[in-house]
Amino acid sequence: MSEQIEYTKIFGRPESLKETPTHYCPGCGHSVAHRLVAECLDELGLREKTIGVPPVGCAVLAYNYFNFDMVEAPHGRALAVATGIKRVHPDKFVLTYQGDGDLAAIGTAETIHAANRGERISTIFINNAIYGMTGGQMAPTTILGQNATTAPGGRDPRLHGSPIDISRMLAVSNGVVFVERCALDSVKEIRKAKKAIKKAFQCQLDDLGFALVELLSPCPTNWKMTPKAAWDWVAEEMVKTYPLGVIKDITGYEDKK
Amino acid sequence: MLMNGSQTVGEAAVRAGCRYYFGYPITPQNELPEYLSARMLDVGGTFIQGESEVASINMVLGASVAGGRAMTSSSSPGISLKQEGISYMAGMELPAVIINMMRGGPGLGNIAPSAADYFQATRGGGHGDYRTPVLAPAGGQELVDLTFAAFDLADKYRNPVMILGDGLMGQVMEPVIFPDFIELADLPKKDWILDGCKGREPRAIYSMLLGQQGELYKHNLHLQEKYDRITAEELRWETKGTEDAEVVVVAYGTAARIAESAIEELEAEGIRAGLFRPITLWPFPLPPLRELSKKVPRIAVFELSMGQMVEDVILSVGERAEIYFHGLPGGIIPTPAQVAGFIRSAVKGDGTVGRRIDV
Ligand SMILES: Cc1ncc(C[n+]2csc(CCOP(=O)(O)OP(=O)(O)O)c2C)c(N)n1
Ligand code: SF4
Repeated sequence: MSEQIEYTKIFGRPESLKETPTHYCPGCGHSVAHRLVAECLDELGLREKTIGVPPVGCAVLAYNYFNFDMVEAPHGRALAVATGIKRVHPDKFVLTYQGDGDLAAIGTAETIHAANRGERISTIFINNAIYGMTGGQMAPTTILGQNATTAPGGRDPRLHGSPIDISRMLAVSNGVVFVERCALDSVKEIRKAKKAIKKAFQCQLDDLGFALVELLSPCPTNWKMTPKAAWDWVAEEMVKTYPLGVIKDITGYEDKK
Repeated sequence: MLMNGSQTVGEAAVRAGCRYYFGYPITPQNELPEYLSARMLDVGGTFIQGESEVASINMVLGASVAGGRAMTSSSSPGISLKQEGISYMAGMELPAVIINMMRGGPGLGNIAPSAADYFQATRGGGHGDYRTPVLAPAGGQELVDLTFAAFDLADKYRNPVMILGDGLMGQVMEPVIFPDFIELADLPKKDWILDGCKGREPRAIYSMLLGQQGELYKHNLHLQEKYDRITAEELRWETKGTEDAEVVVVAYGTAARIAESAIEELEAEGIRAGLFRPITLWPFPLPPLRELSKKVPRIAVFELSMGQMVEDVILSVGERAEIYFHGLPGGIIPTPAQVAGFIRSAVKGDGTVGRRIDV
């Protein structure tokens, strides 16, 4: 008589992700970020009450990958669209997912004012220091010296201004309860990112105010690097301009270390 | 009730079930957001003064996709900023009501009444192959009736609808009667909204159609089919005294009201002038005007712009009747006597006021 073996599933596709291959480049941070968002939604049991707003940018097709309700917003307007949704459904979970061009350039006004109104919305901010979708032009977050197709010779503060630290800018607003900057370059940092995302989601569930998680995210394609080199660049170069860690936390949550 | 036009629209909107208003101040329509900021508190709705017109129209987009009856209002320069959002909503097939109390342009122009945004309103304004129904009240009670109609049309066709008024209409006080509040629960159910996917498959609403199988092509044909239906079914216009008229004045909105007074003055002189007033500017009531032009020798078009609607009149009338045009730039409201002068000159065909259009 053979013995019945019991299997325990320890890893699989989160329900909040569809079984659809993504179009992201190898080594791109978007795919990791998608998975983290999906895992957090699953773990908090939020999938069926979530309405997501993807950006215009490389993640514009996120509605093909996420397995919950989603609506397109014009470039930069995700937080205005999300505001409208949240006012109709205050009991639902509203999420925006935005790149640096989307959130920190064309959508700066929408970002600052939604945050300042303390909208009960959770925002995932993908900072890859470049415009990915349109082919590597300079972003407001491009770091000094970094090459971009519209910053030949690298970003020069006199010519292009200095990189914008939107997370720190938002932190001064009273409507904002939680901002953390994490990186998607190593297992250790990705774990921290997941914790931060979950905490940001909790802020909305507890009706505290606006919360944002910034994710330093590799764009190997437009940085013209291998995935490995891109991850190293995040860890070694990008963090100098954008130091990791909690930027603001007035949630009163006791962090379970 | 005695109310100014902007407040009238606000009260009508609330009674028509609008619970979400998003807007940014601009003269001459500020009485509308001011009125609604208080009224939404009474009815448990939402009023947000957005940080810009761009943000406001996108809040409307969000509220609409979530299933609420949503509205924004502005005046000319602000409407220019809303065009991106209106184009997206047309592409995504989302209902919304947009009020434009027009002022003088181009640019910052001035805050006096004008009707110079006809092209922008009826031709799309934003990018892409899309249309928005445009309703042009002549003020007073019609502001109430067309506000109700606008919300119904928007829902029926899942499309943004614009009400095109002007600064004068917004500020003049007139007596109006409001219908009762509609019951939100009685509105037809929307089976496409986003409210979380509990108990169903997730939905995505978007206008980006990259598919190589001609997805966008098919979508635009689908939209066109809808616009054709609207054109066939939703034309609105009004005629007065057009039987046996020797001249028919075509005018909309405030211009139509001035023309009406002018026509009354001319009656005493024995001039038989009728009025044709388009109420839907898009779709333009082309077939009825075409029919009329077979019976009257002269059509006199009067606009508070330098000539925009006249192009639709030309399309309707062709060579079936003589067309005369008189337009005034924004900022000056003519007296009925001035407009009577134009009509008189059109009847004589002497062209001393306005000009004859050669088709
Ligand atoms: C109004 C408007 N302007 C410009 C564009 C073109 N555009 C699409 S994506 C993009 C930049 C996106 O960059 P980012 O937000 O950093 O996202 P990423 O692609 O890097 O993920 C731009 C400029 C657009 N779609 N709409
Ligand atoms: S271009 Fe960059 S951001 Fe876009 S998918 Fe590729 S790696 Fe990701």
